[in-house]
Amino acid sequence: MKTAKKADEAAALIPEGSVLLIGGFMGVGSPHRLIDALVARGVGGFTVVANDTAMPGCGIGKLVTAGLVTKLIASHIGLNPETQAKLIAGEIEVELVPQGTLVERIRAGGVGLGGVLTATGLGTPVEDGKQVMEIDGKRFLLEKPIRGDFALIAAKSADYKGNLEYSLTAHNFNPIMAMAADTVIAEPHSILPVGAIPPDAVKTPGVLVDHLLEREH
Amino acid sequence: MDAKEIIARRVAREVKTDMLVNLGIGLPSLVANFLPADVDVFFQAENGVIGLGSRPPEGMEDPDLTDAGGSFVTAVPGAASIDSAMSFGLIRGGHLDMTVLGGLQVDERGFLANWMVPGKMVPGMGGAMDLVAGAKRVIVAMVHSAKGKPKIVPECTLPLTAARRVSLIVTELAVIEPTEAGLVLRELGPGASVEDVRAATSASLIIPEQIPAMELV
Repeated sequence: MKTAKKADEAAALIPEGSVLLIGGFMGVGSPHRLIDALVARGVGGFTVVANDTAMPGCGIGKLVTAGLVTKLIASHIGLNPETQAKLIAGEIEVELVPQGTLVERIRAGGVGLGGVLTATGLGTPVEDGKQVMEIDGKRFLLEKPIRGDFALIAAKSADYKGNLEYSLTAHNFNPIMAMAADTVIAEPHSILPVGAIPPDAVKTPGVLVDHLLEREH
Repeated sequence: MDAKEIIARRVAREVKTDMLVNLGIGLPSLVANFLPADVDVFFQAENGVIGLGSRPPEGMEDPDLTDAGGSFVTAVPGAASIDSAMSFGLIRGGHLDMTVLGGLQVDERGFLANWMVPGKMVPGMGGAMDLVAGAKRVIVAMVHSAKGKPKIVPECTLPLTAARRVSLIVTELAVIEPTEAGLVLRELGPGASVEDVRAATSASLIIPEQIPAMELV
């Protein structure tokens, strides 16, 4: 049985300078209430690992605007001009990672693998400074695992045990990130009694989830 | 018919029944509008849906169902929602039959640059590098030149998206196939001559004796 935390209580668990894995794709499937609580609290210095920074005024874009992000590891920042402006001004350090590589690096971090070998990025600036390995005559880049201090994820529903079910394109990075952080905070749209999510529909087992955000008011 | 429509109508002829196809945002996404009625395919949006549908009716959008550009979409009967690891597993793993992407430059090796202009545009590669490295067929759909400057060049000066030879280049002036021997002019766009194509291309072209006119759907 989990207890449901208020958004500000959950935000207060996250120390300055933490590495945060945050789910979402252009704000879809991001933990919006938790992000709002982090902005209201104003503690930052975070390293954020996420697919993108959405747009100004949306999702992870709010953390960027509030100046709470020191380093960003993402695949795309093109639809958030504020992130690009802060990158050019030297206010944010940005590591751009191909989307498929980013999700596999996080997966590797979550499932105990020492790295990922991928052909994506060979012959491009992504290759710079990385080890290239030849396996059975094919060339691959060695990409290292990523883990977070916290994973902040969104789900369609949770049950009292923390089992999570996701919706449509709001899955994206959430189920992968739920495996790759020391502490997992999940923000479900709704919280249901145990049994209401059939075992076959559970994508993230509750044993991985440390804290649930209380229901939306 | 404007240049973009010519390109989209020609690329639509490459899409065959039972394919899994990923269309990039912008010009490539127009291809879906011109598919013949008897062609039955699944479109993938890399943010997590196989079986992307058209825009939903006004007021009936699902905030958890968007395409990779963040626009509201629907899902067709038989659709599946997937997380980012499976989505990119499909792309890298050889399960994606075709991707159609925009281009900034393509060169005589058939290599594509389409993700950044150093010093000007640093949006991040998103899923582009995985798509070009992993899809079975890569079709570049782009206007032939940018404000009079050739985009089909001897060697890309912009950072590459992948060191992989793309399958086909479709512009309003020509269909060009990159081969081991170089770029072969396969078809001429409506009203275009070989000289028009040569004048708008700085790469050298292999010109066969017979070059048919482009057929559009």
